[in-house]
Amino acid sequence: MAIQTSPFDQLVKEASRNMRGFSGKDTPDDTLLQDCVHCGMCLPTCPTYRLTGNEASSPRGRLWMMKAVADGRMDLLDPAFDEQMYQCLNCRACEAVCPSGVQYGPLVEASRAQLEQHRPRPRWQRVARSVGMRLPFDDIRRMRALTGGLRLYQRSGLSAVLQRTGVLKRLGLETLEAMVPPVRERPLVSGRESWQPEDATATAHLFNGCVMSTVFSGVNRAAGRVLAHNGYATDVPATQQCCGALYVHAGMMDEARRLARINIDAFERDGNGAIVVTAAGCGAALKEYDHLLADDADYRDRASSFAERVVDLTELVGTDRLVQPTVSASQQVTYQEPCHLAHAQRITQQPRTMLGSVPGLELTEMRESSLCCGSAGIYNIIRREMADDLGDRKAQHIKDTGAGVVVTANPGCAMQLRTSLNRNNINAEVRHIAEILDDAYGGERAARDGTWAFQRATPPT
Amino acid sequence: MDRDAFLAELKTICGDRGVLHQAADLLVYEYDGSVDGAVDTERPLAAVLPTSTEQVSAVVRLAYRYGAPVVARGAGTGLSGGAVARGGGVIIALTRMDRTLRVDPVNRTALVEPGVINLELSQSVGPQGMFFAPDPSSQKACTIGGNVAENSGGPHCLKYGVTTNHILGLEVVLPDGTVTWIDAHGPGVGGLDLVAILVGSEGMLGIVTKILVRLMPSPESVHVHLAAFGTMDDAAVCVTNVIGAGILPASLEMMDQLTIKAVEPAYHAGYPMDAAAVLLVEVDGTGAEVDEMSAQIERIAGESGATSFRSAQSAAEQELLWKGRKMALAAMGRLAPNYYLHDTVVPRTRLTETLRAVNDISQEFRLDIANVFHAGDGNLHPLMLFDRRKSGDVERILEASHELIKTCVSMGGTLSGEHGIGSEKQGYMELIYTGEDLAAMAGIKLAFDPRERMNPEKVLPKGYMCGEVRALHNQAMAQKHGIHPM
Repeated sequence: MAIQTSPFDQLVKEASRNMRGFSGKDTPDDTLLQDCVHCGMCLPTCPTYRLTGNEASSPRGRLWMMKAVADGRMDLLDPAFDEQMYQCLNCRACEAVCPSGVQYGPLVEASRAQLEQHRPRPRWQRVARSVGMRLPFDDIRRMRALTGGLRLYQRSGLSAVLQRTGVLKRLGLETLEAMVPPVRERPLVSGRESWQPEDATATAHLFNGCVMSTVFSGVNRAAGRVLAHNGYATDVPATQQCCGALYVHAGMMDEARRLARINIDAFERDGNGAIVVTAAGCGAALKEYDHLLADDADYRDRASSFAERVVDLTELVGTDRLVQPTVSASQQVTYQEPCHLAHAQRITQQPRTMLGSVPGLELTEMRESSLCCGSAGIYNIIRREMADDLGDRKAQHIKDTGAGVVVTANPGCAMQLRTSLNRNNINAEVRHIAEILDDAYGGERAARDGTWAFQRATPPT
Repeated sequence: MDRDAFLAELKTICGDRGVLHQAADLLVYEYDGSVDGAVDTERPLAAVLPTSTEQVSAVVRLAYRYGAPVVARGAGTGLSGGAVARGGGVIIALTRMDRTLRVDPVNRTALVEPGVINLELSQSVGPQGMFFAPDPSSQKACTIGGNVAENSGGPHCLKYGVTTNHILGLEVVLPDGTVTWIDAHGPGVGGLDLVAILVGSEGMLGIVTKILVRLMPSPESVHVHLAAFGTMDDAAVCVTNVIGAGILPASLEMMDQLTIKAVEPAYHAGYPMDAAAVLLVEVDGTGAEVDEMSAQIERIAGESGATSFRSAQSAAEQELLWKGRKMALAAMGRLAPNYYLHDTVVPRTRLTETLRAVNDISQEFRLDIANVFHAGDGNLHPLMLFDRRKSGDVERILEASHELIKTCVSMGGTLSGEHGIGSEKQGYMELIYTGEDLAAMAGIKLAFDPRERMNPEKVLPKGYMCGEVRALHNQAMAQKHGIHPM
């Protein structure tokens, strides 16, 4: 450690060093930064602050660091800045409680974009990122192929063998393996399925998503049926791609923009109905396409129109117009609020309205239901320790409710909850809210017997 | 001082992860919740995150040996610079000491560590029919330790009193590292009440590591009323009349027209947009008691010229009415990007006069000032609205606040109802205290902390720090007795 005699000397030393500030594309908006008056109201809502008690791990601390980089008081490539920008789960719980309305999400995303642009990376890291991020998310067909392989792997018994023999542990893939639920259904290919009630009163277009259309395709089909029960003629527009949220969270803005343009094109082709999302993380990202494409003259306005059409499934149907389900489900459930639903989209009441409508279902609220479970996109893969601590805390709260089912509305949360419950030997099932409602409407069977038809369209040629 | 050796020893106490010393890590400990411009930021020498009383004691002892100042810090939501370390001090952040150690529902007490969050304490004992009464607006974030340091209040302190009325005992680490337990005075206990001295001492005398708090029984019944008035004067008269009639509401809050204009569009709480002022009155107690008080208040409001009177019909409606008040500061963003507020207190009987004077200051300095405050106990919160990006705005605000404080003091008021003095208002102390008063306070400080290492350069104005105290004391005594010293 360098010899430092007083804080003053230290300051002088710092000032004389050449500080790299924000530059180039995607810089954090200075006006937005100035909104923070460091009052500290965000602190208790921040998962990383709750775990560490360290101001640097708080939203206020991180915003202060961003300001310091902008003001030339901190180096952009200071390891402490890097650490905090990526330690943040981007759960945005701080935004929902901020009295000054600070838009934290876009600021941390821009800071990450800065680090992506300016931080030198070793070659192996660049290759790993390319394989880890671009391979599955750049094209949904690859995600389908991967999931197909996964399904085969799970069914063949290879999974069980590898687990038993400890090979996975040695390869460091145990977490990833434990997170992924059994893939039960074939992928939902966009453009090939739709749900058409006879007495449709409106149209809806399902946003299919990458993980949702593959690993959780059953949830998307359930959502289609729930929408149809509520009078929406629902299709799944072809040519849509992954929403790009994971790229945005990682500061890979150009990759995200590419996907955003593809999706805007895809949904413009199919009229003006609501764009319904079953993954809270995707919904939050889709609703911010206008921000993402603000500098794109061709897409700026179209992005705004697109963003205005985006609704979460719960937001669209969890109102007082919800068609009452009739099939009783005598079970006790608890609800885990996805951060990007509760905080980023401020949707908290509608999911509870939906759960409350199911006959026989008893909702027991858990403590800290809106505290991040530690999933945060791919956070639980790259920052395991913090994610595990949060997951354990969540699992304990779930156990305390005594509920046999945890309901959520986001694939990342579902996977993280599953792992955390397993690790803590807690026997509770994790389900998506669409599945609960679908069951209460009678599920697939009722859909076939009902007044509306499930259609498998011929693929567009 | 050998900083490296000091840091190495700190690490043996709090562990590597419990000691922050890199410039980048300390950057975020240079501020608290105070407004930029009113309190200067300053980076500490180090920050430690202890997890036990033993660690706090060892850190304080070590700092004592090295001659380093120490400053206790909770959530850092304070508004007067109390948690900013002056003179290269060590910040002792108590955020990791956040356990509730014991709840005693029979005696209605709880033993907590200083890092417990105010609202979360009330939430955790709520199911047992109890709550912690002090409820500052920052209660979602601020810690009980911070409440003790600042002697925090809140809307309900009209009936329930401030923090000092709810502290039954404290475990304190004294400036030399000694750990001691101090009981609050019950009836019939002799000697000096040391808890009363420690609560509100802003970290100048010691660091509190355990707190025995009094919990209040949750009231059987709560009513919330909203009375609207055509003038601020009528509203102020109503406040005086309600208290004068011997009624003690749980809280009695006033909001002026500017506040209503910010709040109503934001939360749709149902405040009449055309009112010059509204009073939010909460009464609690047994069912019959509350019904009677409510009827009396409605009658008095009518007699005082209320243009409308409305009672919340459900818990949800009560919450909505309160939301408008509790989130009023947040809604100010709709009127201006920044605000600066003081929390001076004036005698209730001079509220009308004071509010007029505040209005004059608003015009003189061409500033919008919104008034939203604890009217029941005369605790003002004039919110000066500004945009700190405009040059000269911050200076104008500071000048106007100087006028405001002087005005309130001239009405027989005090500097701060609940936000503390810290470094923000130490320059104003001489407005309300004589040299003798300040010398007496410095004497108490000296008795606890002879080397002046606990949160130095706070509260007492410059010139009343320890070195100068003896001389000043002598001077004051000499003046009193008409002796002219050399």
